[in-house]
Amino acid sequence: MIPIDLIQKTAEALMDKAAIEIPEDYLDGLQEAAKTEDGDLSSFVLKAMLDNYEAAKEDRRAMCGDTGVPRWFVKLGNDAQVEGGMCALETALRRATASATNGVPLRPNRVHPLWRTDHNNNVGIGAPEIEYGFEPEGDWIDLITVHKGGLFGSDYRMLFPSDGIQGIKRFYLDSLMAFGKRGLACQPAIIGIGLGGSKDICMTLGKRASVLRTVGSRNSDPRIAEMEDEFKELGNSIGMGAMGFVGKNMVIDCNIEVGYCHTGGMPMSVHAFCLSSRRAVARIYSDGRIEHRTDPDWFTPYQRRETVEWEPAREAAE
Amino acid sequence: MKPREIRLSTTPTPEAIAELRLGDIVYLDGLMYTAREGVYMRALEEKANIPMELPSESAANFHCSPAARINADGSFDMGAVTATASFRFAKWLPEWMEKTGAKLIIGKGGMTSKDYKSYFVPNGAVYLSTVGYGTGALLGRGVESVEAVHWNEELGLAQAMWVIKCNKMGPFIVASDMNGDCLFERENAKIAQNIARVYEGTKPAVLKRYGESDDRSDEVI
Repeated sequence: MIPIDLIQKTAEALMDKAAIEIPEDYLDGLQEAAKTEDGDLSSFVLKAMLDNYEAAKEDRRAMCGDTGVPRWFVKLGNDAQVEGGMCALETALRRATASATNGVPLRPNRVHPLWRTDHNNNVGIGAPEIEYGFEPEGDWIDLITVHKGGLFGSDYRMLFPSDGIQGIKRFYLDSLMAFGKRGLACQPAIIGIGLGGSKDICMTLGKRASVLRTVGSRNSDPRIAEMEDEFKELGNSIGMGAMGFVGKNMVIDCNIEVGYCHTGGMPMSVHAFCLSSRRAVARIYSDGRIEHRTDPDWFTPYQRRETVEWEPAREAAE
Repeated sequence: MKPREIRLSTTPTPEAIAELRLGDIVYLDGLMYTAREGVYMRALEEKANIPMELPSESAANFHCSPAARINADGSFDMGAVTATASFRFAKWLPEWMEKTGAKLIIGKGGMTSKDYKSYFVPNGAVYLSTVGYGTGALLGRGVESVEAVHWNEELGLAQAMWVIKCNKMGPFIVASDMNGDCLFERENAKIAQNIARVYEGTKPAVLKRYGESDDRSDEVI
């Protein structure tokens, strides 16, 4: 049984880490980009961003004034049990979100869409989002918080099989061109592409591809992995860099996730996880051990399973 | 070539503004206030009295909501500050400038050269862009103190009018000048030369959308 106060305490620590410490994989990616960048202005921007990450860590202040819309992904091992049950877990995450908003401090970004009511704590109807995943084994839970910016860089389109790979490329480029100008997408970014699923899940897949996969990771399907490499290069060949200035670095990495879709369609979404690619992860075990990390490790073979049964598929692989 | 670095007052002289060139890096000293849609609507549409002497106290309008808190004793803690995209405020800015004498509009992404020519230049104002975007911690270090928070009760923390004392706050990039030229449009034009090559081989989607542009040198703002 995982104690509920441990969940809340860990969640608060994660909120703090996410807002302040840039994840190592993104930092490495941006440092590589800074080495290759030769545009005067975009070089200046990348260097300023690297200085900014240092300043945030030194001062323990949020790296960006727009601290995004905090949200949670919770992964549970099949044997995990939470003290007080799942509603207690949700309350703990809402409490942690509210208290970290005042504590770090974060910007209270969440408002009612019509009445613009702001509780000044990033909590409200449907906020923070809490999404769940499960794994066949384990008595742990993974808490993942993501503080993603919320306004520019994402788009959705229903494509069709006849649009083909060239149609996918075009919509990808369109999204980069539209939101890259003036740096609205706050690039260089981790671009996530969702292909397939039903409309809503298509958006979810692309969002998760950008926020739940690390820079340098590759899809387990080798042909999709090749597309990821190709799309990263394509995005960086536009000639647009940070803030939409002339430059070579727009895409720190491109991650693609797929889901089965309607036979007549090929829905696609594009998401950009910005220069403040904020995520933090902790695994809490039933004996109270906590392991912090920055890789959500969300897309396990179980999450990408294709078959009706799980066990037979795993045995066949062994 | 390394960009030029300049220290500028938040109540700048016309000469200091005329000196600025596109792409210069600016650090600010003096009082600056945040104002975005909440403040504009309250001051311009609801005609509330602006609770500052403008522009004598400050001619610098930051499109920003800080990551900050108001403590129980009434003091403030400001962590990070970054800008929000300014193009959404074009509707209110001409009247705001006229009313407040703002000379520095500071935000994300700039405005169009049409905006600059039609009401920035006639008001002697320029646009400064934040860098990144997201040098929130660096800008936070440039906040010497928070002098006041106006209209917090009416508008909430994110939309309130924060009055900040800046000490070498920056970096910012000069994104418009007294010719009404636009740094971002200059960069767009350079990038546009490459668009046809990048798109080579792709074809328009079989299902079209209303109102969409197929000209990639266009902007969506």
